Amino acid sequence: MLLQAQDISVLLGGVEVLSRVSMGVEAGEIVTVLGPNGSGKSTLLRAVLGMVPLSSGQVTRASGLRLGYVPQKLAIDPSLPMSVRRFLSLPHRVSDGEAADVLARVGMDAAGQRQIAALSGGQLQRVMLARALLGHPGLLVLDEPTQGLDQPGEAAFYTLIAQVRRDTGAGVLMVSHDLHVVMAASDRVICLNHHICCEGTPRVVSAAPEYRALFGLGTQGALALYQHRHYHSHDGTEGHGADHAGHAHDHHDHAGHHHHAG
Amino acid sequence: MRTTTMTMRGTTTMLDDFLIRAGLAGIGLSLATGPLGAFVLWRRMAYFGDATAHAAILGVALALATDLPVPLGTLVVALAMAVTVASLAAKGWAVDTTLGVLSHGALALGLVAISFVHGVHTSLEAYLFGDILAVTPVDLVTIWVGSLAVLALLVWRWQALLTATLSADLARADGINPDRERLILTLALALVVAVALKVVGALLIAAMLVIPAAAARAIARGPEAMAALAAGIGALACLAGLSLSLWQDTPAGPSMVAAATAIFALAAIFGRIRRA
Repeated sequence: MLLQAQDISVLLGGVEVLSRVSMGVEAGEIVTVLGPNGSGKSTLLRAVLGMVPLSSGQVTRASGLRLGYVPQKLAIDPSLPMSVRRFLSLPHRVSDGEAADVLARVGMDAAGQRQIAALSGGQLQRVMLARALLGHPGLLVLDEPTQGLDQPGEAAFYTLIAQVRRDTGAGVLMVSHDLHVVMAASDRVICLNHHICCEGTPRVVSAAPEYRALFGLGTQGALALYQHRHYHSHDGTEGHGADHAGHAHDHHDHAGHHHHAG
Repeated sequence: MRTTTMTMRGTTTMLDDFLIRAGLAGIGLSLATGPLGAFVLWRRMAYFGDATAHAAILGVALALATDLPVPLGTLVVALAMAVTVASLAAKGWAVDTTLGVLSHGALALGLVAISFVHGVHTSLEAYLFGDILAVTPVDLVTIWVGSLAVLALLVWRWQALLTATLSADLARADGINPDRERLILTLALALVVAVALKVVGALLIAAMLVIPAAAARAIARGPEAMAALAAGIGALACLAGLSLSLWQDTPAGPSMVAAATAIFALAAIFGRIRRA
């Protein structure tokens, strides 16, 4: 395990935002936290990264684990002049060659001299991903990474994440509230609504009644489309036993395979 | 420095000496206020700087009452003020309210306390507005040592400070403790206040932090350029203010701040034209 949270709870302003959540990420695994707005997704990421105090429980990290964190947004004071190139050299200076390579990788080739404050939301997130990759992370933590991207951009983003995982063996923990692509791009999905509602492979979770209740899906929905595309059958597998099946899928080895986005 | 005191007898050399000392004091101070002022802008600490500077008056009273060197007294009280405000803010106190109360409270309390210390009524103005033309060789050494210490601190922590300024969360993920970096800036601010009191006075220290950095922002495209430019602009403003003070007999500290403001206006216009 790269990172493991055991029974963590978080109080923000007297409200329990997370209640006894246990989860973990293994090397080379892509784990997505899904949940409605205000369900504590970002707080979960921040809690496992040690950015918010826990009211109970504990988080353990593999020793020497390098983190690459891409926050949901970055509020830069307009009084701070900062080019993309300079931003990539924080906190460790990188060569022009490395900077150009990583920018090309995230599809921001010619952006080096642009000011960070002048980037759109989607561009800024790709630049922040580039910066995170420069630190050679063992675990990438992405908070709503495709916000502000159009659909082709989103698909390209998940392809890139899958590629990074394949090339570097890094684990990926991300938060999202969009359904289809995430489902296709993840090894494991955690449905969160202050506590973990259900958990497992995308297929198992999408069939779980807790998941369907959380997202208000009927028997037809985004999910049916997804299953049609990738699994062809199983249309009738929802219902009892989904949780058990989820746990059975938790611990298999993901090193060899990857899912394609879209 | 020894030769300086020995040549005090000749009128022309005396004029030169105190002017040179004043100029050197201004340049020395700018080395610290430039880069630190940039952080004050980036982190929106302007009022925080004000509160810390106002506390210096209380430090002066304390130093005079206990026969300690004035820079030491101001350093201790400014540091206590800065740490108090920072920790109250971290505990969720409304920053505006806290600063408003502590800043003016410390200033008023300092002025009252000074009035109790015998025989210093006449020099109160020097602490409020600075007295750069009366900088002694010892003052000059204090200013340069203090400024170089602040500069060294900032250069040493530069990458971490910049990361923490950009985002506390990004810093944490990179293994940088943003609270420690904030403490380093707090310490640097207290040092600058202690050192700048003699030059611009308690009321205008924050101005010498904010205005040169703001002028540099209009021109600079990167954080390092902005910090260096702010130092240069600060030094230029000190020398210009000093000249004005000398020829028109204006108070030196306010003249320097006025010069910095004029440079800011020029830089803002220049920046606007270049961007258009």
